Amino acid sequence: MNFALGVAALYVANPGRIISLSTPDVLIIAIYFITVLGIGFYLKKFAGSSSEDFFMAGRDMSAWVAGLSFLSANLGALELMGWAAAAYQYGILATHFYWIAAFPAMVFLGLVMMPFYYISNTHSVPGYLQLRYGEATRALSGISFAFMTVLMSGINMYAMALVMKVVLGWNIHFSIWVSSITVAVYVTLGGLYSAIFNEVLQFFLIWLGALVIPVAGMIEAGGWSGLVARINERVQGNYVHLWSTLGHFKDNPMGVHWTGIVFGLGGVIAFGYWTTDFLVVQRAMAAKDLRSAKMAPIIASYFKMIVPAIVILPGLLALGLLSFKLVPESAVRPGLHSYNEVLPLMLARYCGPGLLGLGVTALIAGFMSGMAGNVSAFATVWTYDIYRPYIHKRGTDRHFLLVGRWSTIVGVIVSIGTAYLVTHFKSIMDYMQALVSFFIAPLFGTVILGMLWKRATPKGGFWGLLAGTVSSVGMYTAVVIHPEWLRYVALSSDAKPMAENLYRALWSWIICVLVTIVVSMFTTRKPAAELQGLVYAYTEIPSDGDVPLYKRPIFWGVGVAILFAILQFLFW
Amino acid sequence: MKHHHHQMLSVWLFIGALLLIYGLIILIVSIANYSHPAPVVLANEHLNLWAGVLLTLIGAFYTIRFWPRKRGRD
Repeated sequence: MNFALGVAALYVANPGRIISLSTPDVLIIAIYFITVLGIGFYLKKFAGSSSEDFFMAGRDMSAWVAGLSFLSANLGALELMGWAAAAYQYGILATHFYWIAAFPAMVFLGLVMMPFYYISNTHSVPGYLQLRYGEATRALSGISFAFMTVLMSGINMYAMALVMKVVLGWNIHFSIWVSSITVAVYVTLGGLYSAIFNEVLQFFLIWLGALVIPVAGMIEAGGWSGLVARINERVQGNYVHLWSTLGHFKDNPMGVHWTGIVFGLGGVIAFGYWTTDFLVVQRAMAAKDLRSAKMAPIIASYFKMIVPAIVILPGLLALGLLSFKLVPESAVRPGLHSYNEVLPLMLARYCGPGLLGLGVTALIAGFMSGMAGNVSAFATVWTYDIYRPYIHKRGTDRHFLLVGRWSTIVGVIVSIGTAYLVTHFKSIMDYMQALVSFFIAPLFGTVILGMLWKRATPKGGFWGLLAGTVSSVGMYTAVVIHPEWLRYVALSSDAKPMAENLYRALWSWIICVLVTIVVSMFTTRKPAAELQGLVYAYTEIPSDGDVPLYKRPIFWGVGVAILFAILQFLFW
Repeated sequence: MKHHHHQMLSVWLFIGALLLIYGLIILIVSIANYSHPAPVVLANEHLNLWAGVLLTLIGAFYTIRFWPRKRGRD
């Protein structure tokens, strides 16, 4: 039924759309939907044996599958289109969100933190917090995470519907229902197996669907030097240097200072997201052994380093090559296009029939994968960290498997509700994006102190997390009410909103850490016996075994650091 | 529990099959339109055709490499 409705809707006429699809394009999109549903039905028998199979994919994934899934859970279409737009707006500075905001945290997760997640045999990040700090911290983290994931899934759903309306002329209700029913079917049937399989599939679709833009764009621009010359001709300001303009807030289009990029973005936001957001960590935890779990984020970090080729470069190419100017969303009028339409515009510029369908399929796959990732993480945290400890303690494994399946369906239904809520109150979308950031930075403070500092106490962990979250919400609210207070949060009157996000994360992390330390000094810590396998001082980290150097995670971690250094030098 | 997983088709096989189908579709369309390509920038470079070839080759490689009779799982 989805398929028939889809084919019908693709031909709905809309003169304002950016892309017109031909029959081969529609065929390619239809084959994608049939494939993901087919994968869900195929994986049902493998995910139905136990809750471990359904929620953790049997902890049986190879390092490559876990690594690509780890990256793809973050590589949604919202991310791709948003950062392509940011590259058009801010230039190459947007690349910091793929380089310094990725590899150090991903390598740190693999080498330092993953052993604790893996050895403790927990099912989730809130589950680790329960073991390390106790029930109160798990409850705070679990409930806020479950709340955020279903809302983010709804936002993804709405964003997809909106993009499909603008780009292809599809009906918003049609997009919301078809995507949500498809995601509900394949995640309910195949659990984390389905989510991971489709994320790896999406990884290939995104790369192969978007690669034509940088290849064709660089041919058209005459290489990198030709592109730089064209950008410099068309826009004022420096859009092609990574670091040389970060000495002062007013010297670059983003309005940030290098301290915000290094400490706020690379230090706190990146470490918070990549090491404590269960949406991505769950993928690495599904690896078949500890070495694979350590390798997964390190493998992902290499691919993350080259993602700017299909995200940032298209934004820069649009800046240098498009004959018209793009405008902010608020300034869109008939005949004008917003920054957010960069990627579809560039696809339409270079792709003929068939290849265009592949590009659109890559965007659809990205959106649906974003929804599926959130819904599968929600089902796990709801079942293990809310339902089992607080609602129904004594259930059989079969019972919790059933709860997982039903909570997937409920998660999708709530997501649909959120999608419609956002449709009516669009500013909620901005607030929700900010809400995610409220929890990420302080959570990293709580988790990292828990792993590395044996003196951190249950009360310290709870009050630190709460104080960090509340202070982040407080700073955000203060700047919304008094926009001029941005100068106090970002430490400069020249700072722009992007700088606020970076410094707010930094302050909330510092507050979380300080409160955790102070409260811990005056409260009772857990006995050493209860901290085995949870804290560095009481845990014997297993060695990588007698494997050659090139199979060791540390070897590949050093390799990506060298690659990072070379790229910074080239684009300084 | 784990005995099930050893019979599971590899994720790479699904990827290979899908890319192979996509590659063939794009290749056929590109060849059919070769003399009058779609009015896109750099149409004379026939990027569609090259993309079709690339997808077909990658798809064929993964499909053959991870076909169940040769290798059961990733």
